[in-house]
Amino acid sequence: MTVKARAVPSPSILSGLLLRWEWLLVVLLGIACMVNASLSPYFLDVHNLFDMTFHFMERSLIALPMAFIIISGNIDLSVASNLGMSTIIMAASYKAGLNIWLAMLLGLAAGAVGGLINGLLVARVRLPSLVVTLGTYALYRGVAFVILGDLVVTGFPSSFTAIGQGYVGHTPIPVPLVIFAFFAVLFGLLLHRTAFGRLVYAVGNNETACRFSGVAVDRIRIILFTLSGLMSALAGVVLSARFGSARPNIALGFELDVITAVVLGGVDINGGQGTMPGVVLALFLIGVVRYGMSLKNVPGQIQNTLIGMLLIVAILLPQFLRRLASRSRA
Amino acid sequence: MVTVSEEKKGRSLLLLFAGVREMGISVFIVFLIAAVSLRSPYFLTVDNLVYILIDIAILTIVAIGETLVILTRSIDLSVASTLALSGMIVGMTISKHQGIPPAVAVLMGLAIGAVLGSVNGLLVAKGRIPPIIATLGTLSIYRGLVFAISGGAWVDAHEMPRPFVYLSKNTTLGIPNLVLFAIIVAIIFYYFLNHTRTGREIYAVGSNPSAARVVGIRVDRILFLVYLLSGTLAGMAGVLWISRYASAQSDTASGFELQAIAATVVGGVNIFGGSGTLPGVVLGSLLMGIIVNALNLIRISPFWKLAVQGFIILLAVVSDALLSRRLQQAGASEGAS
Repeated sequence: MTVKARAVPSPSILSGLLLRWEWLLVVLLGIACMVNASLSPYFLDVHNLFDMTFHFMERSLIALPMAFIIISGNIDLSVASNLGMSTIIMAASYKAGLNIWLAMLLGLAAGAVGGLINGLLVARVRLPSLVVTLGTYALYRGVAFVILGDLVVTGFPSSFTAIGQGYVGHTPIPVPLVIFAFFAVLFGLLLHRTAFGRLVYAVGNNETACRFSGVAVDRIRIILFTLSGLMSALAGVVLSARFGSARPNIALGFELDVITAVVLGGVDINGGQGTMPGVVLALFLIGVVRYGMSLKNVPGQIQNTLIGMLLIVAILLPQFLRRLASRSRA
Repeated sequence: MVTVSEEKKGRSLLLLFAGVREMGISVFIVFLIAAVSLRSPYFLTVDNLVYILIDIAILTIVAIGETLVILTRSIDLSVASTLALSGMIVGMTISKHQGIPPAVAVLMGLAIGAVLGSVNGLLVAKGRIPPIIATLGTLSIYRGLVFAISGGAWVDAHEMPRPFVYLSKNTTLGIPNLVLFAIIVAIIFYYFLNHTRTGREIYAVGSNPSAARVVGIRVDRILFLVYLLSGTLAGMAGVLWISRYASAQSDTASGFELQAIAATVVGGVNIFGGSGTLPGVVLGSLLMGIIVNALNLIRISPFWKLAVQGFIILLAVVSDALLSRRLQQAGASEGAS
C-alpha cells in the first residue's frame, strides 16, 4: 500500500510529477538555496550550511511526532508549553542540586507525563484534542512560571551544553543535527514501514471503521500524545543546552512554527495523509528561508509574515493547479 | 420570545442541554464567588464587580466574534493579530491627526477589522483552506504587518488625543463605556443569532453543512460572513484596547486568541460547531475575568494566573463532557421507557 500523494492524480505525467508535493518542496528548497547563495557568498560554505541547522533542530524534533498526531486526525497545541514545563523542571531540579543527567531524565519524564495527560483526556474522556491541548497549553506554560517565576537558570556544565552547541568529533556536523537525523529516520520508518504507522493513517482516515475493525484506537492516540510530550521535552533539552540557560518563556510560540512546517510538508490537517520526507523537506525549507532573511537582517516578526504567506500559498497553489488540470481535461 | 417557546417544543432535548450547560457554569461561578468573598471581603464590593466587568469587556467582544466562527465548525486564530493591527493603524493615525473624534476612530477599527476578516473569509470560503490553517497563516501575517507598519515603535499615551484615551475611561448614564460597548455588541448578536434567518443559518451550517446546503443555505456566504463579523469585532476591540491601555505595541494582545477561544469553549460552545449560546459565552468570559481578579485579590502570585486558567479550562470542558454524556444517557433511557 503506497501513500497517496496529496493531490488527485492527473492523466498528464508532467502535471502528475508537478503535483507530487515532495517535488514541489525540493524545487522550492533549491530556489531558496540559490537565493541565499546570491545574498551571501559564504552561504554555500560547508561549515555555514551545517551551522545553519542549529537554528531549527528543536522545532524539527517536535514536528516529527506532530506529523503523526495530525495524520491521526488530531492536533497538539501544547508542545511548546510542555517543552517549557519539562525544561524548567529539569533546570530547577539541577539548580536545587540534582545531577544534570538525572535532572534531564526527570525533565524527559515530565514531558512524557504531560503528553500522557493530553492523550488520556483525548482518548478516554473523548474530548477534542484542540480543546484539551488549548487547556494544557495554558496549564503547562503556567506550571513553568509557577516553578521559576521570572528567574533564569544558567551555569549548565559544558558536557550538557555540548548537546545543543557541540559538534561530532572534529567534523563540522552539529550534535543537534545528528540527534534530529536519528529521530527523523526512526519516525520515518515507524510511519512508513510498520503496522503501527499504517494504523495511524487508518485512524486518521476513518476512526469509526477502525474501532469496528478492532483497532486499539485509544491506545494509539495515547501513545502518540505521550511521544509528542517526550519529544517536546527532548527539544527542550537541546534548546536549553544551546542557549546555556532556561527561562519559563522558553520556546514561546513554537507550536505555530511546528504546525506550519508539518502542513507545508504535505500533511493533511484533517488527517489521513502525509509523508515524513515531506515534513523533513518543509522543515529545511522554512529553516533555509528564515536563514536567508536573517542574512538580510529581516526582523523575526516580518519573517513570520512571510512564513504565514508561504503556508497559505502552499495550500492554494496545488488547488489552483488541480483546477487548471481539470479544466484542460474538460 | 415567541420563537424561543416554539423551538422549545420542537427541540426540547437540545435546549435542555443548552440550558443545563449554562446552569453548570452559572453554579460554578456562584461557588467561585462565594469562595473568593470568604477570603477577600473586597471582592463583592460594587467597585470591584464593576472593575471585573470593565476587565472582561474587550474579551467578551472578541469572544462573541469567535463564537460565530466556531458555531460554523470553523475557528479564527487570527483575532488577536487582527486586534493588534487594527489598534496599531488607528493608533498611528490618531497620533498624526489629533483632531479625529473617538467615534471615527472606532469606525476605522471596525472597517480595518472587516477587511482583515474578509481576507480570512475568502481564504476559507473561496480558497477552501481549512480554517485552522488559513487563520494560522493570517495570525502570522497580520502580526508581522503590525511590526512592519510601526517599525517596532510604540504609540504612547501622550501621542494620543485626550478624548480618545478617555473614550474607554468615561461612563455613559453611569455605565462604563467599555462595558456599554460589550453590552451593545452582546444584545445585537443575541438578536442576530436567535431571531434572524441568517443567525439560524449559522447554527444550521455548523450542525450539518451538507444538510444546510441541501435546504438551500449558501454555506460559502455564511462562512464568509462569520469571518467578516469576527474580524470586524476584533478590529473594534483593537481600538478599545489601545484606548484602555493608552498604548499600541507590536505585541499588543499577543496570545489573546487563546483566551477568546477559551471563553467560548468554557461558555459551552461546542468546538465542533452547531451548538452554544451567547449568554453562555458571556458567562465564559465572566468566569475568566473572575479568576484573574480573584487571584489578584487573594494575593496569589501573578505567575499562577496562566496555570490556574489552564486548569479551569480543562475542568470546565471535562465536567461539561461528563455531564452532557450523563444527560444523554438519561435522555436515551427516558425515551426508551
